[in-house]
Amino acid sequence: MSDLQRPGADWELQFVIAGCAEKRMPVEIVGSGSKRGIGRPVDGAVTITTASLRGISLYEPNELVMSARAGTPLSQVESELATRGQMLPFEPIDLGPATGAAHGSQTIGGVFATNMSGARRIQCGAARDHLIGVKGVNGRAELFQLGGRVMKNVTGYDVTRGLAGSWGTLAVMTEVTFKVIPWPETAATVIYLGLPDDLAIELLSTALTLPVEVSGAIHLQAPVAARLGHPGLRIMGKSVTALRLENFSSAVAGRKQHLKEMLKVYGKALELDHRESLEFWGELRRLSVMPNRPSLLWRISTKPTTAPKLVAAIKRYMPVEVYYDWGGALIWLEVPAADDASTAEIRRVTAIHGGHATLIRAEPAVRAAVEVFQPLDPGLERLTRGLKAAFDPAGILNPGRMYANL
Amino acid sequence: MPANTCNRRMTVTIRYRLEHPIAVLLSKSMTAIGGAAILNFCTRRAAHLNFLKLEPPMTLSRMPEPDRTVLDRSEAIIGELVALLGADGIISREEGRRAFEADALTAYRQPPLAVALPRTTEDVSKLLKYCRQAGVKVVPRGAGTSLCGGATPTADSIVIGTSRMNSVLETDFVNRTITVQTGITNLAITDAVSAEGFFYAPDPSSQLACTLGGNLAMNSGGAHCLKYGVTTNNVLGLKMVLMDGEIVEINGPYLDSGGYDFMALVIGSEGQFGIITEATLKIIPRMPFARPVMLGFSSCEAAGQCVAAIIGSGIIPVAIEYMDKPAIAVAEAFAKAGYPLDVEALLIVEVEGFEDEIDRLLRAITDIARNFDPQVVEASTSTEHSDRIWKGRKAAFGAMGRISDYYCMDGTIPLARLPEVLSRIGEICAEKRLKVANVFHAGDGNLHPLILFNANDPDEAIRAEQAGAEILKLCVAVGGCLTGEHGVGIEKRDLMDIQFSPSDLAVQMRIKSIFDPHWLLNPGKVFPLPAQELGEQSAADEAA
Ligand SMILES: Cc1cc2nc3c(=O)[nH]c(=O)nc-3n(C[C@H](O)[C@H](O)[C@H](O)COP(=O)(O)OP(=O)(O)OC[C@H]3O[C@@H](n4cnc5c(N)ncnc54)[C@H](O)[C@@H]3O)c2cc1C
Ligand SMILES: Cc1cc2nc3c(=O)[nH]c(=O)nc-3n(C[C@H](O)[C@H](O)[C@H](O)COP(=O)(O)OP(=O)(O)OC[C@H]3O[C@@H](n4cnc5c(N)ncnc54)[C@H](O)[C@@H]3O)c2cc1C
Repeated sequence: MSDLQRPGADWELQFVIAGCAEKRMPVEIVGSGSKRGIGRPVDGAVTITTASLRGISLYEPNELVMSARAGTPLSQVESELATRGQMLPFEPIDLGPATGAAHGSQTIGGVFATNMSGARRIQCGAARDHLIGVKGVNGRAELFQLGGRVMKNVTGYDVTRGLAGSWGTLAVMTEVTFKVIPWPETAATVIYLGLPDDLAIELLSTALTLPVEVSGAIHLQAPVAARLGHPGLRIMGKSVTALRLENFSSAVAGRKQHLKEMLKVYGKALELDHRESLEFWGELRRLSVMPNRPSLLWRISTKPTTAPKLVAAIKRYMPVEVYYDWGGALIWLEVPAADDASTAEIRRVTAIHGGHATLIRAEPAVRAAVEVFQPLDPGLERLTRGLKAAFDPAGILNPGRMYANL
Repeated sequence: MPANTCNRRMTVTIRYRLEHPIAVLLSKSMTAIGGAAILNFCTRRAAHLNFLKLEPPMTLSRMPEPDRTVLDRSEAIIGELVALLGADGIISREEGRRAFEADALTAYRQPPLAVALPRTTEDVSKLLKYCRQAGVKVVPRGAGTSLCGGATPTADSIVIGTSRMNSVLETDFVNRTITVQTGITNLAITDAVSAEGFFYAPDPSSQLACTLGGNLAMNSGGAHCLKYGVTTNNVLGLKMVLMDGEIVEINGPYLDSGGYDFMALVIGSEGQFGIITEATLKIIPRMPFARPVMLGFSSCEAAGQCVAAIIGSGIIPVAIEYMDKPAIAVAEAFAKAGYPLDVEALLIVEVEGFEDEIDRLLRAITDIARNFDPQVVEASTSTEHSDRIWKGRKAAFGAMGRISDYYCMDGTIPLARLPEVLSRIGEICAEKRLKVANVFHAGDGNLHPLILFNANDPDEAIRAEQAGAEILKLCVAVGGCLTGEHGVGIEKRDLMDIQFSPSDLAVQMRIKSIFDPHWLLNPGKVFPLPAQELGEQSAADEAA
């Protein structure tokens, strides 16, 4: 068990990191540790948790902006926003249930450090799109503050956004400032059953080219749909293709009609009302259709039109179960456990069709042995090493978390 | 137009349709340059600063001393460039180089050593590789509409202009993306997809002329950004050439990048990280209709509170524009938009959607506005009506330019501080014995105070610049920032340490050093010069 440090103030964090940098002691950074199972395992002599850096420091509902200390639980952020009828636009997914960690335990710092966005990303953008200010300490133990609390800001380079998705390997964020949006008055879901992957993605693409602001566009293969909570959908034994509309009630009603009219060649549509929609999309957000099992979970970012082809190509090598999100631009792929995580096949197929693949769930020994993140081209690798060295020259922050030897 | 006539170099001055917010100065010498015509946009403010150049006041920022060893090698360097690109791709004659001596911040004019006009990514790669080896500085340039001096050359630099790299490479309506070369104009991107019902969301007012490359370098915004975000929120992938000639592809037509978010770092890097040659952008289906409502108030407080209440109510309009009394008077006199002249503040709030949705939204907005005692509530009832309401706003800058020289600021503030900031801006300008008009994007707090002054009066011009600096300091003091969309460039570079601590600046400068270890790209911009020299030095130290 490594030494656990729980700084309660920026200066304390600086102090801890300065000590580690001097002794070149590797540090593992955790929020609540909810995504600890993701990425390459980190072997840190010291663990720094942001759990004591907690609290909402600024909330201006009329300006759609909030600042919170990085260790603030996401649940606290979301319940505070809910009191004013607002939410995080990008609907952060919760990897907990899929990776065997508790559900609902992640911190707001962890959410931005991993840039994990949910279904609404296609309409509203990713976590990184909403991060507008950050305070943090880098591996040189320097405290820095970049961006700010206003939405329009081009003063200096956009380092704030550059820290999103860096998995704690560049700096420990102590405070994040982000944009929020109002809850829509109502939500509705239009569902088509039994479509094969290629037709389903075609349907989603058609819907996304209509001016109705679809805010969720997913397709679950039949075995995946069989794990849904909704009894009616679970027992059908069919694939589920779903579109979400969110707006004020009369707009949702009108747009839904328009959408169904334009998609009628795909068959008869089922509908979920507001309450059912919240449950349905809430489940997807927790990834509970991909429950924690010994199988591997991959996450592949690609072009919607190539997604079904990519999946079919992998299927030639191994059985697959798939949840397509973002209109097909994101593939959650479950495949049988393998010592090499089937890396060679999956990376080869992804390279042919174009995209990035990240291994999300595997045994720690497997994650330590293979490349978990998309391998980099030489040019980007050089920049990646440079960026790491600029923030953390001694290489003490989450060493090896994203890439071996980095 | 005394400010313009004092500019000896501009041979012809054409007023580009007077209702346009800016005067376009089209220099005859430019038409001689092959390829696309290059428009040199120029504001009245820029024209005024032009005048200042004749007697630079102390407040103007200094540029780094040119490298003698490079100037001495000029001829050899030009010879090498011609060998790389052919004589047709290199401009080295005096009058040709003059066309590139400034951007829209014309206070700074310095013809470059030469100008290169590549056609492909490979051309750019060859050029940069050579410049890196020869130790020659490079200034990337799109259309030259930067308002902060972002594209200003130095005497020892090569300008690499993207005007010949303006093709659409691929449109993919099913996946909702477009891939283009970065010399394409912003408007041409939307033009390429509008027949299919799509648009490219970021729409700076300079969109007729400015290039995507400039938009990417500045992370430009536009009227629609309240709803659709700025440039960085609408880009999927980039191809860029680093200073050593290496071509890197960052992400692609995918929503998530695989590793570090280099796209975030490159967008907004003001041409200092590399030359972006291609980009894949998101395109969005256009809503069927859009219509504005005009709301007039007896105080700026009431207008500010109304904006906050609209946003707080859960409605996100496409645009919320604000004009104060002086701006209304000028815009109305010019555009006959039917603006009320007796109100202190006017809001134009636009919503979009299907017809019945718009009716409902406009009703909801006017209901909210009634809580703030509006003197005027006028919702558009037809396309002609909408056009008329927008006509005044769109003409405001140009109309202002007809009655006075002005200096346009670009700070952003938290919306809640609006009334206090507006009254402080009034005081600052009054102390300097200057008038000010406010026309800005209220939804996101991005202010554009126009400080009015007479460019023929050097003392007044200096007072205007001082008032500008004070206003920017005020924006930072209330929790905002120096620049919301125009960028730092030369203009705000020396104010950076008001907003950032030395370690904040160090964090940024180290990133610059990764991309461009010898600091050859777009020199003299973004950071205060002493900090730049320090950053360059420590990059060299760390490399050693
Ligand atoms: C590729 C990948 C694969 C995974 N696979 C598994 C798995 O197989 N099994 C499993 O149980 N979990 C897995 N996880 C999940 C992970 O290990 C944690 O369970 C989850 O991240 C916890 O969320 P959190 O908010 O508690 O943040 P943490 O998990 O504590 O942190 C998430 C990441 O963000 C960083 N971070 C957190 N806070 C900050 C901050 N303030 N500043 C900077 N960086 C910060 C952390 O260093 C870490 O890299 C995986 C995560 C990734 C990225
Ligand atoms: C009348 C007027 C109205 C304006 N309105 C707005 C507005 O509403 N919103 C807004 O945000 N801005 C506005 N601007 C500012 C300006 O138009 C933008 O900054 C624009 O993005 C600049 O584009 P450009 O092609 O003219 O770039 P340039 O001025 O040529 O260059 C700008 C910067 O980009 C760099 N650059 C150019 N091309 C590349 C490339 N391919 N790779 C790397 N770096 C490159 C240059 O080195 C320079 O630093 C306005 C300007 C004017 C004159």
